[in-house]
Amino acid sequence: MCLAIPAKVISVEPGGLAMIEIEGVRHKASVELVPEAEVGSYVIVHAGFAISVLDQEEAQGTLKLFQEMAEMAAETPHVGDIG
Amino acid sequence: MKFISEFREGALGSGLVRRIERLSRPIRIMEVCGGHTHVICRYGIRDLLPPDIQLIHGPGCPVCVIPQHEIEKAIELSTRPGILLCCFGDVMRVPTRRGTLFSLARGRGSVKMVYSPLEAIEMAAALPDKEIVFFAIGFETTAPSTALALKRASSQGLANFKVLSTHFIIPPALRVLVKDSSSRIGAFIAPGHVTTIIGPDAYCFLADEYNRPVVVTGFEPLDLLQAIMLILQQAAEGKPRVENQYTRAVRVQGNRRALEAMDEVFEIRPAIWRGLGLIPGTGLGIAPAFAPWDAEKAWDLSQVEPAPEPPGCLCGDVLKGVSQPKDCSLFAVSCTPDSPVGPCMVSPEGACAAHYRYRGA
Ligand code: SF4
Repeated sequence: MCLAIPAKVISVEPGGLAMIEIEGVRHKASVELVPEAEVGSYVIVHAGFAISVLDQEEAQGTLKLFQEMAEMAAETPHVGDIG
Repeated sequence: MKFISEFREGALGSGLVRRIERLSRPIRIMEVCGGHTHVICRYGIRDLLPPDIQLIHGPGCPVCVIPQHEIEKAIELSTRPGILLCCFGDVMRVPTRRGTLFSLARGRGSVKMVYSPLEAIEMAAALPDKEIVFFAIGFETTAPSTALALKRASSQGLANFKVLSTHFIIPPALRVLVKDSSSRIGAFIAPGHVTTIIGPDAYCFLADEYNRPVVVTGFEPLDLLQAIMLILQQAAEGKPRVENQYTRAVRVQGNRRALEAMDEVFEIRPAIWRGLGLIPGTGLGIAPAFAPWDAEKAWDLSQVEPAPEPPGCLCGDVLKGVSQPKDCSLFAVSCTPDSPVGPCMVSPEGACAAHYRYRGA
């Protein structure tokens, strides 16, 4: 139940329902808990309810951090590498 | 941005692993959530880490921590005339003294698998002559969906819909674990999706009172590697705190709507966790205002007695991080996903099932 993966919002219908797509398969889900969800948003869905809308900018920021850390690791020599 | 492939980039992973090697120190890190356990096993993350860093599995597998007799209560209800029990698929395969919910679904047809409590609500509206009972399980991630279903039942006046609640809440259980000297937990990888609901501040006591680093973490392999690195950094600085690695999904304030719905519908009560025992303040019972939809009020289930653990099963210790699945003599011998002995072999989020599935990986 906690293996929820990002789902794309395809359409939002009246009554707090949305059509979402996960790995090419469409499902119905409630967006009552995330009123900010719109068509094109990625959401995390648990038990038929979207519980969070994924933030593009934050995701880019995390990826950039990964990149920086990888670069930093490549630059600084490992203690064990010296001598 | 699809939020998946970008977070599985191998080259970035090796950079993170090199940072982790540099910061390495002896530490036991508990990943609380079974979703993380699954990802750790699937991507062989332990094999990437220096031997000083031990990852230990926690209790965050909803199906694993439900005591056997709570499932037997659901089974008991499903054998009563006129009741159709709806539940998630995972819990249907947990063995109990009275068989499994799955065997009842096949036999009497009085159990039905659903993906969402809303399906149970729709069934209640379509089948007014039946009592539809939703067996509600899970942590703060699924409790809001049950809360909204109950609110819908109330606003639609659906008298034939009931909820049997075994929802748990996580933070007080972590206090029990951090104080348990047999678990020896040095830091926590906090559950990303639970935290989308409750917000990262819910774990401040672990850093402030117990000096343990806590990192709220996403579910891709790079997320986990970064979390381990952040924990090591905190340990090196000697300044334990709660950090949010999963900023793309977790907001500081959590999900206000979900918290409000839970507040309205549930009341906090003590709960028995498999492996951990009775923990005050970790169960969600149904509040008096929603009593007409409470299965425990509608039917007397007091005759269902607590059950002993299956002989030989170490699930209790596995859920506390004291034992690893391979320490259990039944693991992969008489206990496999096709014929599970304990709940940790049932759910894909269970540590035994994850270790079994990816044992050669
Ligand atoms: S391998 Fe099976 S019997 Fe052993 S602890 Fe895991 S679930 Fe229980």
